[in-house]
Amino acid sequence: MKKISLMLVLVMILSAFMAGCGDSGADSGALPEKIIVGVFEPLTGANAGGGELELQGIELAHEMFPTVTIDGTEIPVELAIADNKSDKTEASNAARNLVDSKGAHIVVGSWGSGFSMAAGPIFEDSEVPAIGTSCTNPLVTKGMPYYFRVCFIDPFQGTVMAKYAFDEGFKKIAVVQEVSNDYAVSLAAFFKDAFTELTGDDNCIVSTLNYNTNDQDFSAQLTDIKNSGAEAIFAPGNFTETALLMKQARELGIDLQFLGGDTWETPPLLEIAGDAAEGAVYSSFYDPAAPLTEMTATFLDAYAAKYGDEQPAGVTACGFDAYLLALDAIQRAGSADGPAIRDTLAETKDFEGAAGFVTLDENGDAIKPAVIKTVKDGQFVYKSFVEPF
Amino acid sequence: MTLSAFMQNVANAVSLGSLYALLAIGYTMVYGILRLINFAHGEIFMLGAYFAFYAVSVFLLPWYIAFPMAILITAIFGVLLERVAYKPLRNAPRIAIMMSAIGASYLIQNVGILVFGGVPVSFPNIPIFSQVCKVGGISIARVSFVIPVVTLIALAVLFYIINKTKVGTAMRAVSKDYEAARLMGIDVNTIITFTFGIGSVMAAIGAILWGMKYPSLIPTLGLMPGLKCFIAAVVGGIGDVRGAVIGGFIIGILEIMIVAFFPDLSGYRDAFAFVLLIVILLVKPTGLMGKSAIEKV
Repeated sequence: MKKISLMLVLVMILSAFMAGCGDSGADSGALPEKIIVGVFEPLTGANAGGGELELQGIELAHEMFPTVTIDGTEIPVELAIADNKSDKTEASNAARNLVDSKGAHIVVGSWGSGFSMAAGPIFEDSEVPAIGTSCTNPLVTKGMPYYFRVCFIDPFQGTVMAKYAFDEGFKKIAVVQEVSNDYAVSLAAFFKDAFTELTGDDNCIVSTLNYNTNDQDFSAQLTDIKNSGAEAIFAPGNFTETALLMKQARELGIDLQFLGGDTWETPPLLEIAGDAAEGAVYSSFYDPAAPLTEMTATFLDAYAAKYGDEQPAGVTACGFDAYLLALDAIQRAGSADGPAIRDTLAETKDFEGAAGFVTLDENGDAIKPAVIKTVKDGQFVYKSFVEPF
Repeated sequence: MTLSAFMQNVANAVSLGSLYALLAIGYTMVYGILRLINFAHGEIFMLGAYFAFYAVSVFLLPWYIAFPMAILITAIFGVLLERVAYKPLRNAPRIAIMMSAIGASYLIQNVGILVFGGVPVSFPNIPIFSQVCKVGGISIARVSFVIPVVTLIALAVLFYIINKTKVGTAMRAVSKDYEAARLMGIDVNTIITFTFGIGSVMAAIGAILWGMKYPSLIPTLGLMPGLKCFIAAVVGGIGDVRGAVIGGFIIGILEIMIVAFFPDLSGYRDAFAFVLLIVILLVKPTGLMGKSAIEKV
């Protein structure tokens, strides 16, 4: 008898908890006192340099647009920052923290596809929509109805770089990928497919080598490349490891062209690689030299006013855009309710961001142009522009 | 593989192995004296690299002043670590000290993130070390020559201290029999302090060389090298300094040669150190140079 009553009490307590959980997600009627925008970025660890850049953009946007208007009521917006520590396990903890304890209505981030992929199911379960900043792996949004993004995806980016390499006359390329990084592996795969198709040569990728996040010695991989007959190296990994890779390549007397992706565009890459980065070419989201919208000018002015006159990175613009799109979606939905925001977000068309117009396709991916940039005199400079295809 | 490619790999392997050897010594020395695996040793290594970075890049000292200073400060931190985290537990069960070591490791790492920031910083570029030389078909940064040379000098000094000086004799005595050494009038605490100091000096030398070769510093820098060098110490026979050096070189050479001969396996590179650990524990649990100790009951 005692046991049964104990069980009953337990069941009651549990159901009370369940009810409690349900409530917080679904109070669509009354408007909340403030809107909480969760920021989901790597602020420590190997990817912290990238996360920091995006956070700059998000904070700048928040300063410029600190409120959101729903049904004629102006509601203040608050940023809740969670650090995913450049770690996939920590990423799910950070995502849980955002939706459960910080009560985020919508989330922006992350730099690094792997972290967004780890967090996707959590945002979906809690019905909190998320807007990716610069996570380009297709799997971030595919089958994740609550994940969207303001950047292009790797099949496009990989093709852009393959085309560039082909147009430059490279015939044999070595690929070095960060095998523990979902972003790098997928971008490398799309690049290889596109390049093989363009050259029509099944052996155009002369060598594919792997390394792990936080590795520091690449001498063995590079020695292999040195003797592989490659004319260029495609290395779409993180900036931290890539910087060391470039430096060690030059030390080993390898003067091949380096090609890569959007994650390179961070100040630590230039600092660590120094001269070794000169001439490296990569694809990115945006460049101030090719202003895309009216918002670009607004963004550039505000950035210059807040952070001095240095040029914002592409991912900073992406962070800026993700925040603006989040606010825009809430206003259009006229509600702080997760599913309602999600449905409006999915319909986004020609949203004017600093890094170009955002139109989301059926997967929630932005269809946007890419820019090709290079490192010159210790700076990232604009090279050319590629329309979406 | 051509001869020049092979020689290039050998050069790479020797410099990586030297770095591992320097770090492995710290594990093995502390184990020899205290029967404690100092899990925070990798963090001491990280601190050494950051101190050198601050001395050169922030305080703008010339490297020949900055590096010895960084080594000294690291040694002080190593001794401090022992005083704070291990000494109060001297008579506690060994498992408690091990927990304390793991705790200290995480603490230093996270304080490092707070103090140094989570964004990677670039280790200062010192031109006389970073110049690239060409020997035959091999291209190599000067620092890759400097690493084995400095390692050899450091090892020679270390072996001299251990084998020829009074302190070294005392260290060996404490390591043989802690209680008996105390009864013979050896100040065990001083010897332990000294051991941590020397281990930290080796780690700091390793860290500075590491920073010059791989100039990207993050507060989690010590984690992987720390684990691998712990394995190196076990492989060589933990408690034996020569063993640690041999273990360090084995792991360094293995890591480079595996990738050199089997490029397809390059992604599993970190795993080989651990595979080696398992193999050694199965085949020769005392390590290559280790003697099986008689457990006194």
